[in-house]
Amino acid sequence: MAAVIQLQRQLLDYTTSLYNEAYLDGQFTQLQQLQDESNPDFVVEVVSLFFEDSQRLLDDLTATLNQQVVDFKRVDAHVHQLKGSSSSIGAQRVQRACIVFRNYCEQQNTEGCLKCLQQVKNEYYLVKNKLETLFKLEQQLVAAGGSIPMQ
Amino acid sequence: MGLATESKFHVLAVDDSIIDRKLIERLLKTSSFQVTAVDSGIKALEFLGLHEDDEQISPNKAFTSPMNQQEMAVNLIITDYCMPGMTGYDLDIPVVIMSSENVPSRINRCLEEGADEFFLKPVRLSDVNKLKPHIMKRKNLDGENLKRETGQEQALEGLEVIQSLQQEAVAPQKQGIGNNNKRKAMELEEALSQDHRTRPRCSGLTVI
Repeated sequence: MAAVIQLQRQLLDYTTSLYNEAYLDGQFTQLQQLQDESNPDFVVEVVSLFFEDSQRLLDDLTATLNQQVVDFKRVDAHVHQLKGSSSSIGAQRVQRACIVFRNYCEQQNTEGCLKCLQQVKNEYYLVKNKLETLFKLEQQLVAAGGSIPMQ
Repeated sequence: MGLATESKFHVLAVDDSIIDRKLIERLLKTSSFQVTAVDSGIKALEFLGLHEDDEQISPNKAFTSPMNQQEMAVNLIITDYCMPGMTGYDLDIPVVIMSSENVPSRINRCLEEGADEFFLKPVRLSDVNKLKPHIMKRKNLDGENLKRETGQEQALEGLEVIQSLQQEAVAPQKQGIGNNNKRKAMELEEALSQDHRTRPRCSGLTVI
């Protein structure tokens, strides 16, 4: 069917662009390879956990950095967590932003940290948006009778 | 699956990140391991029956129920480096450390102190494929009676063990096995005692 082929093309192009622009890296491919008939929603499940966890961390970071006296240990711990989870799902730009963020934590530079937090948030919302679009494309493809090409 | 001896190996995964737990669980299951994933060192120790309120801490405690014996027997532990709480306890199964930080001194320290492997996160399928040999090595050495060495010798032992990792068998006199053939769990600054090469398991802890 032309629709299926077109959707497959669309999905492939979109996925490729995400890798090219470093929104995603090889780790995301690893996740896709772990998905199969017995675990058909694995990627969506992991990514959903990532979204929930990241939102929680970002909220806490916002609150912590806006305290009178900033608990940098706490900030660093949270950024470390976010760095880890973004690395685990292949969200490369978020991970990189976290690495920069940790440098400012070490320096106990509040202003620097606030800027980094904004940067991390930007990257996070970007990749969240991209991934949601990716999943929608996959759903459309499956709904049209196609199957998601194995990576 | 017939006999208990032929059932899947059971891995206990310890990580406080829910994402990483999901990931390691999937990786392990894909490689035909049975998996229990916990979010803290304390829970891991509880699961192993080593974190008890009772006076006598024995790995057998959690396994008195025949129904639990099979599924509770743990063949390997894989844990995130930053897991506090797993200190001061002796384990008698292979331990693999995972960490997101690529710090050579940390990696070496883990291995020297008795960890069987060190994986850099994110962990991949190719890493998980390295686990079975560590379990099989233990099983090959099962049944040997060895006595434990003192703490000072354990670090040296660890180095010897690393060297002997490629070897089939380990000379009994070089290895120590605790009175309960256990070894210390890993913690940030804590040393692992090295007796995993030669552990006859406490009865009930596992089914060989």
